[in-house]
Amino acid sequence: MTVEQRNDDPRDQFPIGMRVLAVDDDPTCLLLLETLLRRCQYHVTTTSQAITALNMLREDKNRFDLVISDVHMPDMDGFKLLELVGLEMDLPVIMLSANGDTRLVMKGITHGACDYLLKPIRIEELKNIWQHVIRRKKFDSTNQKTSGNQDRSNDGGGEGELVSAGTGNSDHSGKVNKKRKDQNEDDDEDPDENGHDNDDPSTQKKPRVVWSVELHRKFVAAVNQLGIDKAVPKKILDLMNVEKLTRENVASHLQFQNPAFRSFPPGGMIGRLNTPSGLGLRGLPSSGMIQLGHAQTSGNSNNQVKFQPVTLQGNNNGSILPGIPMPYELDQQRNKGLHIGDLSTTIDDTAVFPLSNSLPDVKIATGNGSNNVISVTNNMLMLGHCQDAQAGREFGNHSSVSVAPLKPEFCSPLQDPGRCNENWANSVQPSGFQSNSFPLNDRQKHAALHRSSSRDNMSVMASQIGVNQFDASSIASASFRPDNSLSDSQSSMIQGWGNLHKQDSSCRPNLMSSSMNSLVPVNGGLGPLEQGLDLKNPMYHRNMDFDSMGQPNYVDPLMVKYEEVEKSTMETLKLKQAYLMDQQRPQGSYMSNNFDPLGDVVSAMMKQEQDKAEGEFDAYPLRV
Amino acid sequence: MLGLGADRLRADMNRLLALLFHQGVLDEQFLQLQQLQDESSPNFVSEVVNIYFHESEKLLRNLRGLLMEKEFADYKKMGIHLNQFMGSSSSIGAKRVRNVCVAFRAASEQTNRAGCLRALELLEHEYCYLKNKLHELFQIEQQRALAAGVRYPMQN
Repeated sequence: MTVEQRNDDPRDQFPIGMRVLAVDDDPTCLLLLETLLRRCQYHVTTTSQAITALNMLREDKNRFDLVISDVHMPDMDGFKLLELVGLEMDLPVIMLSANGDTRLVMKGITHGACDYLLKPIRIEELKNIWQHVIRRKKFDSTNQKTSGNQDRSNDGGGEGELVSAGTGNSDHSGKVNKKRKDQNEDDDEDPDENGHDNDDPSTQKKPRVVWSVELHRKFVAAVNQLGIDKAVPKKILDLMNVEKLTRENVASHLQFQNPAFRSFPPGGMIGRLNTPSGLGLRGLPSSGMIQLGHAQTSGNSNNQVKFQPVTLQGNNNGSILPGIPMPYELDQQRNKGLHIGDLSTTIDDTAVFPLSNSLPDVKIATGNGSNNVISVTNNMLMLGHCQDAQAGREFGNHSSVSVAPLKPEFCSPLQDPGRCNENWANSVQPSGFQSNSFPLNDRQKHAALHRSSSRDNMSVMASQIGVNQFDASSIASASFRPDNSLSDSQSSMIQGWGNLHKQDSSCRPNLMSSSMNSLVPVNGGLGPLEQGLDLKNPMYHRNMDFDSMGQPNYVDPLMVKYEEVEKSTMETLKLKQAYLMDQQRPQGSYMSNNFDPLGDVVSAMMKQEQDKAEGEFDAYPLRV
Repeated sequence: MLGLGADRLRADMNRLLALLFHQGVLDEQFLQLQQLQDESSPNFVSEVVNIYFHESEKLLRNLRGLLMEKEFADYKKMGIHLNQFMGSSSSIGAKRVRNVCVAFRAASEQTNRAGCLRALELLEHEYCYLKNKLHELFQIEQQRALAAGVRYPMQN
């Protein structure tokens, strides 16, 4: 494992020297990627063939720390490579693509990618990729094949800030069953691995305890035995007599029973344990059970408590939280992860909280499910604490946990919003509001933002600007990242272009032929260029030839067109300029921060505004 | 004298760059390319760009070949070419080219052959313009480098 190897090397320097394997069939991107990675001081190996990459990896599993691979490759599907690498070598793999379609990204994640980057790659994103190596190492002992690893993405605005591994830890794959912890004990892993982390609250990767039915039963039994007044975590823990359960686990579980005290510090919690939980434990109205309708074990329900994830019945699902499986299903499917809470039922106007409402293996009846409750729940779930929903307020104020208008109650004290959210992420289809839980969401949001803004802009521009070349191209340039869905405006753009091109038909053949002509010097030029400065002269001459031949052909018509357009659409040009300037201003600031040598470019750019643009168009053909 | 020539050329280059940014032909990704050029890789930008030209022309030829087929139906293949074109164009900062690719891809997804043809024409057009301008840029750059070096007294 690379872990051992790393210990031998002077790893203080990590991530410097991290060994990356880059795979991309597009030579432009590959070269760029290689250079960017080198600039990050990683050690880079590149190949354009997925099969070669696989062979390299198979030859020596310890040769690389991280793999970056394009999605679309001719010899092998990128996802297939991803799977194989994950299975065979268990290395972190980052996917790369020009296509940011959600489905593709989802596919990448489900196939085990630990990140999905969009082209064009920026160096800031690459500066952060080393964290995937660390994360994967730490998880290796606790997770088996981590094909479902979901880490938080570090896209866009990452300025070298490390996404805290603690929160990143709270992934689906971070769930550790009690069983697994047993296994960990038996594994001969590093001593600081997860098995021992339960006792150390400050470690980042604290595996969460899954409160299975038995565990919870013991818990309840212990609490009952102690009596509510004396049910302190320590005693509960002793009574439960469960290995590897810590006082903290118990304490948090206790806290879980009482949403009212979510926001209270643990210390204060203990004091207040009494009332609500007391009510919860003892005050189970049997009518509540009846209301549920499925109660099979009535009467002795107090002890047969089972956590149900907070979900809704089928007909309610569609409205708010689409795609939530029934709790029953959930339990069947995944008996892992914190079940968020218990559903209590309402009896008349009072809702009683937690434990007591045992629904042994019963579907949650939200019979009177009012949407406001559901939305309250959503809020609670999402934000991890009770909103100003009435429920919250009342919990805070009363000792009796009754909430008048709310019917079915969801006990969902969320001590850890991150965890809750990813529970939902586990069970819920990604929907808009799950903003925290999905690592992809930033990108999606960005994309959505850009999409919507660019769509707006494009339609605005399209309506204001007539169909002509320059404007059409300005539309094209005006949008940040026009997305797939912009087919309407784009096709109108294309139509506009089509019209124009009829006018230009005479020019086009020239364009084409000269472009083909230019192929020759360019290709030839590759050689001397690559050899460095020495052969600049020949290149220079070649360019000169090309220019003298090529220039009159297609610079002029273009320039002419631009002038015409310029004159006829000054207004819209100004509009576009303003827009462009707005766009470029962030670019400008970006540039000025990073590129000192180009400072005068920036200022030159800014000067272009309105006054000189026209002059530029005229000046250019002459100059050359 | 040499210094003056170099300065003037540098101003020319900056002006051309500014123009290209202004027109949206290039975007900030191109600046990132330039930033990657240093003593250890002094010709990085032109290297990458020349590879890009080479590949792009291949792709354009393929695309045109596909669309010119009488019985053309392989939109998927076209999509693959387009995807690569889009990726490389965005990687070097060829914003307009990339945008046309997006539109092209949209037409392709709608299996709109006429739209694809128009998009292809537009793409070829934009690509030519970009290539022309970049060649110009490199030419000025070389002149400037020559002017800045004292070795060539013939300058000016």
